[in-house]
Amino acid sequence: MNDTSPPKRTHYLNAQHTVGSWLFTLDHKRIGLLYLATILLFFLLGGIAAMLFRVELMTPDPTYMESETYNRLFTMHGITMIFFFLIPSIPAVLGNFLLPLMLGTKDLAFPRLNLASWYVFTFGGLLGLGSIIFGGVDTGWTFYTPYSSTYANSNVILAALGIFIAGFGSIMTGINFIVTIHKMRAPGLTWFRLPLFIWAHYATSIIIVLGTPVIAITILLVAIERLFQIGIFDPALGGDPVLFQHLFWFYSHPAVYIMILPGMGVISEIIACFSRKRIFGYKVVALSSLAIAILGFFVWGHHMFVSSQSMYAGMIFSILSFLVAIPSAIKVFNWTATLYGGAIKLDTPMLYALGFIGLFTVGGLTGLFLASMAINVHVHDTYFVVAHFHYVMVGGMVMAFFGGLHFWWPKMTGRHFSELFGRIGAVTIFIGFNLTFFPQFIVGYLGMPRRYHVYPEEFQFLQVMSTGGSAVLALGYLVMAGYLLHSLVLGKKASSNPWRAVGLEWTTPSPPPTENFTTEPYVDYEAYDYTREEVYRDDADEVKGA
Amino acid sequence: MSSSTHISSLKSYLNVFWTLMALTLLTVVVAFFDLGPFNIIVAVSIASVKAYVVILYFMHVKYSNHIIWLTVAAGFIWFVLMLGLTIADYATREWIPYPEAW
Ligand SMILES: [Cu+2]
Repeated sequence: MNDTSPPKRTHYLNAQHTVGSWLFTLDHKRIGLLYLATILLFFLLGGIAAMLFRVELMTPDPTYMESETYNRLFTMHGITMIFFFLIPSIPAVLGNFLLPLMLGTKDLAFPRLNLASWYVFTFGGLLGLGSIIFGGVDTGWTFYTPYSSTYANSNVILAALGIFIAGFGSIMTGINFIVTIHKMRAPGLTWFRLPLFIWAHYATSIIIVLGTPVIAITILLVAIERLFQIGIFDPALGGDPVLFQHLFWFYSHPAVYIMILPGMGVISEIIACFSRKRIFGYKVVALSSLAIAILGFFVWGHHMFVSSQSMYAGMIFSILSFLVAIPSAIKVFNWTATLYGGAIKLDTPMLYALGFIGLFTVGGLTGLFLASMAINVHVHDTYFVVAHFHYVMVGGMVMAFFGGLHFWWPKMTGRHFSELFGRIGAVTIFIGFNLTFFPQFIVGYLGMPRRYHVYPEEFQFLQVMSTGGSAVLALGYLVMAGYLLHSLVLGKKASSNPWRAVGLEWTTPSPPPTENFTTEPYVDYEAYDYTREEVYRDDADEVKGA
Repeated sequence: MSSSTHISSLKSYLNVFWTLMALTLLTVVVAFFDLGPFNIIVAVSIASVKAYVVILYFMHVKYSNHIIWLTVAAGFIWFVLMLGLTIADYATREWIPYPEAW
């Protein structure tokens, strides 16, 4: 923009330009962006599927699709959103990009493994995509037997194989993170000086490494039963279909924490920065991530209260499920305590963070309703459950993902997005989200089961509200896509620390050079020390040189 | 880094091999006696001892450093957790009296 601007600085984005330099890159920052492009594609696909069936749900009678199509659409929505968007979203994009920067190191411990994880994930994703193109899957994202075995009449094998393969991508990322956090922290960066984002990713990686093999084994067992007629899940062969649910939820409940824990890490960073305060009870918040990771493995039976699971096992699972509320509540209360007396600024990332706290709390508390056996029998498999997990997954995780994307956008791209449109987008998404999913709590409590597109007339008002809300929500996402793409080309150049935040990633220029830091950082201060003067230094001069 | 340098003697491998063979034989012999509810407990116990021996000697965990111990222990504990809580379901299903038919 300036006539007298000095020659361009070399950074990770402009260091090399060829397609090959992206496809064979070992730079964690570029791999993060590869993941970003991939998962946003799946987010778009899952979103389109959702809009299609939301329109169908505006009328009590079938209009433009049959139940068979409807089943395939909601399955496609669930599979793409959970396995190919939510699970990799924060760890593989923001985690990949930020972990080495926050630790003050050059890259992850195993850069080649990192690139391999993207290829493995993408290959799994393509198989999933293939199953959709060849006609889709109709079992729901949970693949319960016998729908997925004895009565399977769709592309179950292809989709399951895709998930099986993508899972190895997760494991590779998890191992990479664990080793990097153990071995590659900058000098002086002790465990209790780590940003909470790192703690959250450490806990997440543990779940990934311990849990993901179980879903892989489960999928293999289904394949073995079908190919060799060995009785595992099929009663006719001496198996038990409920065993599938045990194995599936042993992974898939902890997978909820694979999705939500990194989001909580993002929220801690944003809350601290925009309240200008250290996170209240830093150590407890850090350890509560580990507590959630471990306790999360003890509760899977709460998905099976109305299966033939013994009610005595149900009681144990119910009590254990209530326990998870403790570390989750610790986080919510400590964020609130951090806000108290803070110098709060309501920039776009903070709007997402505040939205997260409110919506996650609703989602978490309704989880307690569902964990009590008697209420569970009443609302099991109704829209109440659908609303509950969308408050956690979309109101929580997606809010956190986009909050984090906005927070680190200047760092990743070197550009500012339009703050005005950012706020408009955030508020639109918040309103659209609540309009979509709050009515589903009511319609579910009134008894409307999930997974049906034909329903009694008295539910129509609430269903129409929900569809209207989903249009507002989609509009919010489109606004976001618009101003973010715009900022890539025309956005104002960002300084190294536009939010005046504490953290090693803000001490290097935006976008960072390929080697991240020109001098090895040394850490002699605590995390979130917003009393440090360096943080408030104006580095606008540096921007001109960018 | 003792894990990469330790070389087990052929004798110790043979000892482990004969131990595993003996335990397999024991499993077969026990299978001829009906111990009631203890059938499964005895079978699983023998299998556990065999797994333990394999992990310690054949997988060289006995000579590895603490981080390997921790990793193996975590995997094993999680496996037991998965089996344990699943069995909590299967073992107690019969406790519930079925309602009589009319
Ligand atoms: Cu669960």
